Amino acid sequence: MKTTQILIAGFGGQGILFAGKFLAYKGLLEEQQVSWLPSYGPEMRGGTANCSVILSEEAIGSPIITAPDVLIAMNLPSLKKYEDAVVPGGAIYVDSTLIHEQVARTDVTVHYIPATQMARDAGAGNLANMVMMGHVLQSCPELSFDGTETTVQKLVPAKKAALVELNLKALQLGRDYEG
Amino acid sequence: MAERVLMKGNEAIAEAAIQAGCRHYFGYPITPQTEIAAYMAKRLPKIEGGVFLQAESEIASINMVYGAAATGARVMTSSSSPGISLKSEGLSYIAASDVPAFVVNVQRGGPGLGGIQPSQSDYFQATKGGGHGDYRMIVLAPATVQEMASLTVRGFNLADKYRMISMILADGTIGQMMEPISFQDIQVETYEKPWALTGTGMERPHNIVNSLYLKPDELERKNFERYEKYAAVEAAEAMWETYQMDDAEIGVVAFGIAARVAKNAVAAARSEGIKAGLIRPITLWPFPKEVLRQAADQVKAFVSVELNMGQMIDDVRLCTGCKRPVSLCNRTGGMIPSPDQVLASIRAAVKGGN
Amino acid sequence: MAIVFQKPHALTDAPLHYCPGCPHGIIHRLVAEAIDALGIEGRTIGIAPVGCAVMAYDYFSCDMMEAAHGRAPATATGIKRCRPDNIVFTYQGDGDLASIGMAETVHAAARNENITVIFVNNAIYGMTGGQMAPTSLPGQVTQTSPYGRDVTHCGWPIRICELLATLEGPEYVARVAVNNVKNVKAAGKAIQKAFQNQIDKKGFSLVEVISACPTNWGMTPQKALEWVESDMIPYYPLGVYKDRTAAKEAAE
Repeated sequence: MKTTQILIAGFGGQGILFAGKFLAYKGLLEEQQVSWLPSYGPEMRGGTANCSVILSEEAIGSPIITAPDVLIAMNLPSLKKYEDAVVPGGAIYVDSTLIHEQVARTDVTVHYIPATQMARDAGAGNLANMVMMGHVLQSCPELSFDGTETTVQKLVPAKKAALVELNLKALQLGRDYEG
Repeated sequence: MAERVLMKGNEAIAEAAIQAGCRHYFGYPITPQTEIAAYMAKRLPKIEGGVFLQAESEIASINMVYGAAATGARVMTSSSSPGISLKSEGLSYIAASDVPAFVVNVQRGGPGLGGIQPSQSDYFQATKGGGHGDYRMIVLAPATVQEMASLTVRGFNLADKYRMISMILADGTIGQMMEPISFQDIQVETYEKPWALTGTGMERPHNIVNSLYLKPDELERKNFERYEKYAAVEAAEAMWETYQMDDAEIGVVAFGIAARVAKNAVAAARSEGIKAGLIRPITLWPFPKEVLRQAADQVKAFVSVELNMGQMIDDVRLCTGCKRPVSLCNRTGGMIPSPDQVLASIRAAVKGGN
Repeated sequence: MAIVFQKPHALTDAPLHYCPGCPHGIIHRLVAEAIDALGIEGRTIGIAPVGCAVMAYDYFSCDMMEAAHGRAPATATGIKRCRPDNIVFTYQGDGDLASIGMAETVHAAARNENITVIFVNNAIYGMTGGQMAPTSLPGQVTQTSPYGRDVTHCGWPIRICELLATLEGPEYVARVAVNNVKNVKAAGKAIQKAFQNQIDKKGFSLVEVISACPTNWGMTPQKALEWVESDMIPYYPLGVYKDRTAAKEAAE
C-alpha cells in the first residue's frame, strides 16, 4: 500500500490550508484517494494553522496524521512542534526565510528553501506556500510536478485569472530552486 | 454532479440536502458546522421556493423547523452540541407530533460551552432522548465525507417514511475534512403527507399538528402506537459495516471518526498477528444489536473506541448481554485517540486486561 | 324562519373549556368572524400557544397547530416561509408572548414576518393558576406576588405595543379591549385589519387585546370588566401604536 502523509504547518494567513487543498486536488485529479483535514479554531489570521493531507492508492483510514512522511514547516513553532513526529527516512521542508534554526534530526532528509524571500522578490508576496509546494513536488520521490497547471486552474476561480499565473509562477520558482 | 469533487463534510451535507429536495433551512451560527449554513445561504435563495433564514436563536430555529415540517416541507437545521441542547425541547415536540425533520449535530467537546474540537459526547443525548418524554430519533453516524452526503439523503427519506426526526451525528473532524465525493447515487424517495397543514381548502376536516394529550389513557395509547413504529424502525433500518470480522477474536466497536482511527489500529493488530476486527455502527439508533449479539458468540473481548467518557459502551454491553468483557479506549474534550492507543487497547484485550 | 344569530363558520362545534366570564370566547369569536368576513378559512393555518388557549386548535375550523411555550411566532415563521400564500396567525397570552417568547416576538416583528399575532393580555398566568405575568400591574396580587407586585424586587410590567412600535419592522401594532360593546366592535375591526394586512402582504400585524381573568383575579366577571376599565386600560392605553401604511398615506 503506497500512502503518503503530508503535514503542512505555519501561521494562519500563510495559505497553509490552500497549499493542502492544492495537494489534495492534485491527488484527486490523479485518481488517488485523498483526505484533507485542517486545524480549525478561532484564529482566522496570525494564529497557528496546520493541515493534514493523505494521498493513497487505497481507501484512507484515519485522516489524522500522527507520524508524517513529509513535514512542511512555515514557521519555527511548527517545526519545533512536529519535527520529532516525522517518520525516520521522511522529509522536512523548511521555509528558511522565517526559520533560522537547523533541523536537529539526522535520520530525515531536510530541505531549506527561502520561500518567503523568493515569493517577495518575484512580486508574489503571499505565495511562499506555493513556492514550497513547487519544491516539494519536484524533490519528493512520492510526488510529481506534472499536472500542477491543471490543478491550479481547477482550484483558482476562472475570474481570478491573474492569480492562476501568479500561483504557477510561484510553483515554478520552487521547482527550479537548487539550494 | 457525477464527477468526483473535493468537498468538506459540512458542505457535503448541505449539497446532499438540496439534492434530497430540502428547500428550507433555519439555523443559528455555531462552530464547527457554520459551512452548512453558509452553503445554504448561498444556494437556497437561488433555487425556486428556497428559503434560508438565520434565526434569533437555536430555540427559534428548531421551532421554525417544527412549523415548516408541519406543512410537509423537507426542512432542516444544523448545529453543534450546545446548540442541540437548546433545540432539544423542540425535538421533543416534533417527535411527539409525528412530523418529519432532519437535524445535524456536528459535535464538539462538552459539557457546557466545552470546546470546539471534535467529540462524540452527545451519543447519549442523541440516542436516549435529549428532550423530555418517551421518544426516539433515527441517528446516523457518517465516517466519511461521502457518507455525510449519502446518509443525509437517507435521513430525509427515513424521516418522511416514518414521520420521525433523523439526526446526523457527526463530529468536527468529519465536518471540517475534505474528501472526494460524488453525488451520482442520490435516491430521493417521496411520501404522501395527508396530515400536513396546507389549509383545508374548505374540502376536508381541519388537520391538527399537536403534542398535547391531557387524558392520560389517550397519551398512553399515542405513546404505545409510536413505539410500535419505533419497533418497525429497529427491525428494518439498522446499518453497520464490518471490517476483518470473519475470524476476529477481538471485536473493536467504533463509529464516525473513531472508527477510522480504529480501522488503522485493526490493520496494525493484524500485521502483528492479532485477529482483530471492527464493527462500525452506521445507525446509532436503531443500534445494530444483531451483529453485536452474533459477534459475542465469536470474539473473546470487545473494545469500544469513543471520543467521550464511554457512552456507546453501555449499548455494546446491553446487546451482548455482558457475555464478553468490553473495555473502553477513549479520549475526550476534543482529543482523538491515536491508532497506537487503540492498538494498545487491543493488545490489552488479548491478554484479558483492560 | 330567519337566522338572527349563529356562530362563525371558522369556529368548530367543540364546546369551549374556558371559565365562566372569561373573554377568550369573545376573542375567539372576533378572530373567527374576521376569517369568515375575509373568506380565508380554507387557506388559514392557526397556531395555539401554551396557556389558557392551548386547546384553541380544537375550536378553529381551519388547519391548526400547537406550538411550544412562547415559540408560536417562530413556528408561524416556519409555516409562512414554506407556504407564503397561506394565512398564518398565532393566538398567544401574556406569559407566552411577553415572557418566555419575548425573543421570538421581537424578532418576528423585526423581520416584518407576514403573519398575524393576536396577543391576549390579562395580566396573569391563567392556566397554571394565577401567577404573576410580565404584564401584571404594580401592586397586583397574584399567587407568586402574594403581597402585591413589588417593582423594586421583580421589575415593571412590559408594554408590548409601545416596545414593538419602536422597531422599524412591524406593519401594524394596536391595542384594543373587550370590556364593553364599543370596545369589542373596535377590537373586531383591528383584528380584521391585522388579517387584511397579511392578505395584502404588508407584514407583521399584532393586536393586543386587553382581556380579563375573573377566576384568577378573584373577581366576579362584572367586577373584572370594571377593573379592566379602572386599572388595566390606564396602564395599557388603547390605540394604534404603529400603522406603516396609514403613516405613509398621511405623509403623502
